[in-house]
Amino acid sequence: MKPKVAFFDFACCEGCQLQVANLEEDILGLVNLVDVVEFREVLTGSAPEYDVSFIEGSITRPEDEARLRDIRSRSKVLVSYGACAATGGVNKIKNLWGNIDKVKKEVYDKDAAMPHLETYPTKAVHEVVKVDYFVHGCPITRSEFLKVVKALVFGTTPDIPQYPVCVECKMLGNECMYDKGGVCLGPVTRAGCNAICPSNNVSCEGCRGAVPNPNNNAMHEVLAKYKLSVDDIKRQFTMYALDPEVGK
Amino acid sequence: MSSNAIHIDVHHVTRVEGHGNILVDIDNGEVKTVRWSVPEAPRFFEAMVVGRDCTEVQPITSRICGICSIGHTFSSLKATESAFGITISEQTRRLRKILNHGENLQSHILHVGYLALPDLLKVGSVIPLATTHKDAVLLVVKLHRLANETCDIVGGRTTHPIRTCIGGFTKVPTEKELAGLLARFESAIPDLKTLAAVVKSVAGGLPDFVRETEYVSLTDPAEYALYDGIIKSTDVEGAIPVDQYLRVTNEYMNSQSTAKWAKFNRESYMAGALARFNNNHTQLPPLAKAVAADLGLAAPCCNPYFNTVAQVVECVHSVEKTIEHLQWLIDKGVKNEPVSFKPREGRGVGAVEVPRGILFHDYTYDKNGKCVKANCIIPTNQNHANIQLDMDKLVPQFKDRGKDELQLMLEMLVRAYDPCISCSTH
Ligand code: SF4
Ligand code: SF4
Ligand code: SF4
Repeated sequence: MKPKVAFFDFACCEGCQLQVANLEEDILGLVNLVDVVEFREVLTGSAPEYDVSFIEGSITRPEDEARLRDIRSRSKVLVSYGACAATGGVNKIKNLWGNIDKVKKEVYDKDAAMPHLETYPTKAVHEVVKVDYFVHGCPITRSEFLKVVKALVFGTTPDIPQYPVCVECKMLGNECMYDKGGVCLGPVTRAGCNAICPSNNVSCEGCRGAVPNPNNNAMHEVLAKYKLSVDDIKRQFTMYALDPEVGK
Repeated sequence: MSSNAIHIDVHHVTRVEGHGNILVDIDNGEVKTVRWSVPEAPRFFEAMVVGRDCTEVQPITSRICGICSIGHTFSSLKATESAFGITISEQTRRLRKILNHGENLQSHILHVGYLALPDLLKVGSVIPLATTHKDAVLLVVKLHRLANETCDIVGGRTTHPIRTCIGGFTKVPTEKELAGLLARFESAIPDLKTLAAVVKSVAGGLPDFVRETEYVSLTDPAEYALYDGIIKSTDVEGAIPVDQYLRVTNEYMNSQSTAKWAKFNRESYMAGALARFNNNHTQLPPLAKAVAADLGLAAPCCNPYFNTVAQVVECVHSVEKTIEHLQWLIDKGVKNEPVSFKPREGRGVGAVEVPRGILFHDYTYDKNGKCVKANCIIPTNQNHANIQLDMDKLVPQFKDRGKDELQLMLEMLVRAYDPCISCSTH
C-alpha cells in the first residue's frame, strides 16, 4: 500500500508548497509513490489518519496550536518543512519587538483589539509538537524535498547537510561576498541550497537556519580571515531565526 | 429537490491559496445568512519591516506571498526607488517586465490548469486528470515549467527572486540563456492555442451569473498595463496617480475577516485579470485579442466566473510580450550594470499588476534609509467585499438548484477570483 501523505499550512506565504507544485513532471512520479490524501490548496478531500504529514508555516494562535496537535495525533511521521515551520522564519521578526500589542497596533491601529485578531509570539512547529524530520529553506529546495520524500517512502533516513553554506559556495568557485566588501551568513548557515544566494551575488541571509553546533561546524577559515566570531555575524542578520538546535 | 432549508458550511474552501470559509443558511425558502469569511492567521508584515534597512525591506515583503513574490518584489522596489528618487535603466525595466510576465503566466496556468479545470471536468483535483486528460495535463505542466524556468533564469529563483535589488539586478542572464528562452516562447504559441481550445470546450460549464461592479486596475498609455501605469476605475473619468492610492482602496476591518476589505465608489470593487481586461482590452496584442474573441470574452464582461477566461487571454498576452522583450534584450546585448544609490528621507508608493490584481506598497524612510512606516494593499484585500456581494446576489438567484449545486457554484466563485488569502491577511 502506498503511504498516505497529507500537506497542511499555517501562518506562511505558501511558497514552500508551491515548490511541490513546481516539481512539474516529477509530481506525476511522486503521486505514483505516495497517496496524497489531503492537500487543501490542490485537492478536495480529507482522511482520518496519515502516514506522513508535511507541515508548512508558523504557529501564532491558540486555535492553530490545537489544530496542529490534532494533526500530530493522527500522523505517524511529521515533517516540518520550510523556514516558517522549521525555525519560525520571517514570522519571528515580530517577536523581536518584545511587545505583541505594539505589533498589532502598528498593523491594525484602532481595530487592534478586535478579538479575531488575537496572536501570540511566533512559534516554530517543533516548539508545539514533536517533529520527526525537517526540510529547511525559504523556500525549500525542490530537489531536497524530493530526496526526503523518497527516503521516507523507502524507510531510510534522509541525508540533510550538517555543514555550512560556505562549503558549497567554495566548491562552486564563487568570489566570497566578504572579499567584495559585503557580509554573509554562509559560515554559520546550514548548507543544502547549493549556495544559491552568493552564487547570484547576494549575501546568505541564513534562511536554512544555523549549522548544528556552530562553534565547531562553522566555516572558521572564513571567520578567521575576516576576524569575525560566530556571534558577530549572527548579530548582523535577524531576518531568520537562527536556532542551532533545529534538526540537528 | 427542495430549496426550503439549505445549510452550507464550507470550512476552508479547497483549491485556493489560504483559508476561507463559506456559510449559507436558507430557512423556509428565506435566505438568512450568506457569509464569506477569512480566518487566516495575520503575520504582521507592516510591523516586520519597521526599523529595517531599505535593503532588507524587499526580501522581507517578498515573503508576503509565495505565488506573487515577484510582484511584491517589484511593488516594494518601485516604492523604495520612488522614495529615493532612483530611476532604472531600460535593460532593468525589460528584465523586470519579463519576470512580471513569467510570474503571471506561472500563476494563471496553475490556476486555470490545476485549480479551475477540475471543477469544469467534475473531478476533485488535477491528479485523476493526469490519467483521463493526459495530453492537456502535460501541456499545462510544460507551460508552467517554462514560466518558472524563465523566472529562475532571470530572477535567480522562481519563488522569492534573488537577483532583483534596489536600482536593478545583482546578476543578469547570459545572451545564450535569453536566446534559449526565446526559442521556447516561440514554440509555446501553438501550445497556448491548444490550451485555449481545451478551455473553450468546457467553458460552457461556467455559471451564467452577472453582477456589474466597479473594476479597478493600472492603465498605461503605452501598453496593456502590468509593470507600469496609473490607476483606472470604470467609475471614474480619467486616471488616478499611484501615490493617491488611498483614495481608491479605503481599507477597513470587519469581524468576519482577519484580512482588511476595501471599497471605492460602491460597496465593493473588483481587481484582477477581468478588471484589467475590462479596462485595457483594446491594448492587447493581436493573438491575445483573437483568443479573447474565440473564447467569447468581450468587454465589459460582468460575469466573475470569466476571470478564469481572462487569465487564459492574459497568458497569451504574456507570451507575446515576453517574446518582444527577449528579442529587444538579445538585439541590444545584456551587460552587468552596477547599481549604487543614496537613501534619503521620504515616502514612496509602488504599484504593479500581479496575477490577482493591483498591488500597492507604500514606505516611509528616515534619512539613513531605515523604514519607519509601511503599508501593503494586496489584490485579494480589494476583492473580498466583491466576493461577498457576488454571493449575496448569487444565493437568492440560484437557491432553487439545491444544496450541492449551490455549494459548488459558491466554491467555484471563490476559485474564480483565484484569491491569495494568506497574502491578503499578511
Ligand atoms: S519558508 Fe519562506 S517560502 Fe516557505 S512558506 Fe515560509 S516564507 Fe514562504
Ligand atoms: S561567506 Fe558567503 S560568499 Fe563567502 S564563501 Fe561563505 S557562503 Fe560564500
Ligand atoms: S544562501 Fe543562505 S539565504 Fe540563500 S538560500 Fe541558501 S541558506 Fe538561504
